[in-house]
Amino acid sequence: MLYVLLIYEKPDDFERRDSPVESEAYAGAWRAYHRALLDAGIFAGGKPLDAPETATTVRLRESKRDIQDGPYANTKEQLGGFTLLELPSLDAALEWAARCPAASYGVVEVRPIAVEMEPRVTVGNSN
Amino acid sequence: MALLAARTRDVAAAEDALADALVAALTTWPRDGIPQNPQSWLLTAARNRLLDLARHQQVHEHSTPTLKLMTREFDETADPDRWPDERLKLLFVCAHPAIDPDIHTPLMLQTVLGLDAVAIGRALLVAPKTIGQRLVRAKTKIRQARIAFEIPTADQIPERLEAVLNAIYAAFGNSWEDASGAGERTTELGQEAIWLARVLRDQIPDDPEVRGLLALMLYCEARRPARRSAAGRFVPLSEQDPKDWNMPLIEEAEGELKVAFQMQRPGRYQIEAAIQSVHAERAHTGRTDCTAIAAFYDQLMQLAPSIGGAVARAAAHAEVRGPDAGLTLLDQIDSQAVISYQPYWAVRAHFLRQLGRVQAAAEAYDRAIGLSEDPSVRTFLTEHRNRLTPQ
Repeated sequence: MLYVLLIYEKPDDFERRDSPVESEAYAGAWRAYHRALLDAGIFAGGKPLDAPETATTVRLRESKRDIQDGPYANTKEQLGGFTLLELPSLDAALEWAARCPAASYGVVEVRPIAVEMEPRVTVGNSN
Repeated sequence: MALLAARTRDVAAAEDALADALVAALTTWPRDGIPQNPQSWLLTAARNRLLDLARHQQVHEHSTPTLKLMTREFDETADPDRWPDERLKLLFVCAHPAIDPDIHTPLMLQTVLGLDAVAIGRALLVAPKTIGQRLVRAKTKIRQARIAFEIPTADQIPERLEAVLNAIYAAFGNSWEDASGAGERTTELGQEAIWLARVLRDQIPDDPEVRGLLALMLYCEARRPARRSAAGRFVPLSEQDPKDWNMPLIEEAEGELKVAFQMQRPGRYQIEAAIQSVHAERAHTGRTDCTAIAAFYDQLMQLAPSIGGAVARAAAHAEVRGPDAGLTLLDQIDSQAVISYQPYWAVRAHFLRQLGRVQAAAEAYDRAIGLSEDPSVRTFLTEHRNRLTPQ
């Protein structure tokens, strides 16, 4: 089963990434976590996202483009990244979510990938 | 709940009946005052509710005998002094060999201790919905398979007891892994596990492993306040100040262990408690007898081999014979089994640092950091990693 960990972080967590004092501890924890996922053979993809201020939203309403600065959700915690894991059960996904550095300072949302939707999304030719 | 379920052999129905009785109590007690014996009042209300249910639903196959049985036996057992006995039966049902061992602990937490699915999910790190579904499935099995609500006979007790002890220790272990000591996960579950072991000790006083488990948990519980500094930093056992330990709990543990040893039937929990007892000695002598600890771990690995035990044994031998010896023992452990086992990497990093193998130590620290759940442990390991200097 594929599970995605959606990482939500607060504004000061995003700031820590570039802070000369705190960035090493922040990045170090993430590096180590990523390494553990690779070693366990469960990492199926994922990336950190740039700060929410860099986001732009797009809506198409009555054939008109509505383009806005900033992220979609106007909440304190913002999506900071995602990690895709191949695991046998939700229990296992929760265990890895608890080890995620963001679990102790932000929020980690665990969601299974919608299995029934997958076959419809085929990419490339089948030659 | 235990009392009701023991009579009807239907855990789910007994829970519902008790819930209804509590609702009834909440409506009538403020109006009419609290009855003289609230426990009996609740029991009677719940029993009546169960009788109603049985009549209405016409639980066909066995309704008549059950009704008769209930009416007769409830009258005999309204005496609250008999309650621990019923709890004990429920403990054995929860850890029955016919039920998946993974569900023993959650079932026990819910039916014997009354924790809800949300609390159990938080404690065991499982989604509340998943826990709820598994509990329902287990209870259906108990009812349909007619698992007997009884204390096993004397010759069966040793084999049946092991599952009960493991389930209690699993509850405690879950509270223990949360080294931060601050979360709700920690406090409630640790206390509840100890309470269960005390009930078990009172009911089965002549089993040394019951006392061994109780002693083991008491030793660990006694050190809980010392695992964090005032500033919230993680403090490993070797750096803890014995003045922060809870001495009355340690004394209680020593008493239990002494009685257990006199029975001269060693077991896994007694040996684990003995190891903790050696650590606790530091409060009196100011030093730790590492040779004794290493010898106990050797014995433990023969009686009950486990990955955790093997890692701890390596750490114990390293204290006596040096990091080289520890590393050799770590290398003997199946490497596949420790890929995601945090203590293995933390201990390995410690040995490699002592041996001056900086690069390998840094890699082991990274793996331990990546596998840590507790932020204070992560900080502790990161500090050690950053202090590594090339030699």
